[in-house]
Amino acid sequence: MEENKTFTISVYSENNVGLLNRISGIFLKRHINILSLNVSESEIENVSRFVIVVDTTEKWVQNIVGQIEKQIEVIKAFYHIDEETIFLESALFKIDSSLLFDERQIQNIIKESYSEIVTVSRDFFVISKSGRRSEIEELHAKLKPFGIMQFVRSGRISVSKQKMEVTSLLLEELKS
Amino acid sequence: MKISGAEAVIRCLLAEGVDLVYGYPGGAIMPVYDELYKFQDQLHHVLVRHEQGAAHAAQGFARATGKVGVAIATSGPGATNLVTGIADAQIDSTPMVCITGQVGKHLLGSDAFQETDIIGISTPVTKWNYQITEADEIPEIMAKAFYIARSGRPGPVLVDITKNAQFDTLDFSYKKCNDIRSYHPKPVLKINKVQESAEIINKAKKPMIIFGQGIILSKAEEELKALIEKSGIPAAWTILGLSALPTEHELNVGMVGMHGNYGPNVLTNECDVLIALGMRFDDRVTGNLATYAKQAKVIHFEIDPAEIDKNVKTEVAVLADLKEALTALLPLIEKNSHEEWHNEFKKKYEIELDAVINEELAPTNGKGISMGETIEMINKHSNGDAIMVSDVGQHQMFTCRYAKFNTTKSNVTSGGLGTMGFALPAAIGAKMGRPDREVVAVIGDGGFQMNIQELGTIYQTKVPVKIVVLNNEFLGMVRQWQELFFDYRYASTVMTNPNFCAIAEGYYIKARKVTKREELDEAVAEMIASKDSYFLEVMVEKENNVFPMIPTGASVSDIRLS
Repeated sequence: MEENKTFTISVYSENNVGLLNRISGIFLKRHINILSLNVSESEIENVSRFVIVVDTTEKWVQNIVGQIEKQIEVIKAFYHIDEETIFLESALFKIDSSLLFDERQIQNIIKESYSEIVTVSRDFFVISKSGRRSEIEELHAKLKPFGIMQFVRSGRISVSKQKMEVTSLLLEELKS
Repeated sequence: MKISGAEAVIRCLLAEGVDLVYGYPGGAIMPVYDELYKFQDQLHHVLVRHEQGAAHAAQGFARATGKVGVAIATSGPGATNLVTGIADAQIDSTPMVCITGQVGKHLLGSDAFQETDIIGISTPVTKWNYQITEADEIPEIMAKAFYIARSGRPGPVLVDITKNAQFDTLDFSYKKCNDIRSYHPKPVLKINKVQESAEIINKAKKPMIIFGQGIILSKAEEELKALIEKSGIPAAWTILGLSALPTEHELNVGMVGMHGNYGPNVLTNECDVLIALGMRFDDRVTGNLATYAKQAKVIHFEIDPAEIDKNVKTEVAVLADLKEALTALLPLIEKNSHEEWHNEFKKKYEIELDAVINEELAPTNGKGISMGETIEMINKHSNGDAIMVSDVGQHQMFTCRYAKFNTTKSNVTSGGLGTMGFALPAAIGAKMGRPDREVVAVIGDGGFQMNIQELGTIYQTKVPVKIVVLNNEFLGMVRQWQELFFDYRYASTVMTNPNFCAIAEGYYIKARKVTKREELDEAVAEMIASKDSYFLEVMVEKENNVFPMIPTGASVSDIRLS
């Protein structure tokens, strides 16, 4: 049996209402859980980019990417392992403002974690942290004892490390 | 000049060369039906008795003609009733455009009467789908729908049109679609891949071809024939590839897969080069993948990149339209006869003849009529020129195993999805698409009752299809599995059937029932000779089994003869 790994799938597509449903259906059909999903604009005008993280085997990820590419509005899909990409996630922590003054450690935690304070109000303040999942989890663990009012973490965003000319490949694909 | 969205739909269909559609009216599609009424001299609408029948009829039409089949239904239940046919067309790569009505745009998402999210429901089983909510979208979307349905690996497309878009007006102009920037249906043939394949094929000592529907879809029947005749390579087929090569061709070695022929199955695991042409290594073809053709170099000619290495690892993959690829391959292939290797197939065929075929075609020991001999009788009277439309089950396997075919696009059956109830409406579509051909639907007593209401369509349209029900008073294939793998526990497979002939006669279709072997010849002759539709019920031996058989999970070389 092939081993499971974390793969980042990047999908370049037309901006289409039904496409997200079509793509998520491909995972659903194969019982593969999407760990994280992010949809945004890409470097090319009017082309969307999906970043999907899954934990599966390489054989399955190949199969899935093949099926994704088959969708009419998909221009191109790629997959990478973690070592091949620069990736990060973002998180927001909402914390009671009184703690900022009562608990000195909190300021140190913020400094040491290279996170930043986005806003401070009379009742609460918000810390933003971008980075690897482990860094966010570490910060979460440190803040937890003081009480976190709200926590949210985004999906992964990533770009490939190698100088793979995704853009030129795409433009070629769009021309042909 | 402004026309209504509904009229635009009709004008789009006409611009795509459609002159026949299947459907069933209802509230949300009424504006389109009103236009169908006005255009009835140019566009013939066939009123089916259930929307599932419309979908299967459109499929039958598409499979027999190679053109895009069209089905129309209303919103809600009308649309959901199409879904089985759409799923069937998706897995069997059948070009089809389904048009459904939808509640008005202002009601979307409000749980309005007969509102259903058909886009959501049909997404996993369509090649593409789209909801039109404004009249002026109609021409462009319809053009895309037909282009997507027919190009590359064909498939079903669903266009859902809200009622307001049917009523509203637009400035109509139609431009056929032949390019979508994110869609590349025809991969560019890489000639070096063809050369690599040719080298391997020329060196092969025991090469074998398995061809699928890709040959038919790309109209590469002549190229296939030229290839096997020049190379001397034995050619086997999948169920959907059947009829692409005449049955009688001496290099046609039969069917692969679960109920395929003994030789091509066993020899799949002995060949040194396996050349797959337009087929997808379905599990019913390969049996256990871990023991499938491991000794062979696999060369895969295929139009759909997602099929390459999906199930079977290839040595060389040629991504291309089959006709184009085979045309490029042919001049590179050296003439050969592979006589000794071909003899292996002949020897295996003798074994199958003794163990299975002779008994099936001429049962001994006072056994009742067999399905195989009924098919053989149809061969005799149709001379192998009929389009055979089979349903799903034992009779389907017997039809595919024993029917003779002289020409392509003559085997219409539900392969991938295995949809019982497919054959009766599909036969209607096939006959309307090819009125010049004899069309015989072969159906089991179970499947016949899954879309039996389409007898009404036959009566109303007078379409002269011939219907043969092979009645063993069982859901035969499931019963066979119960016998073999569930120790004869016949759970819910015994059928207490009605008087089928009386039902057919109720629809004013000439009907006849055969219970004795002596009557079979004359009855089939009468059926084929009939100018009108004809219903023939043949009471067959109740507990016959289809053999050979590769049990689920077994290797192709462990195929059972009994």
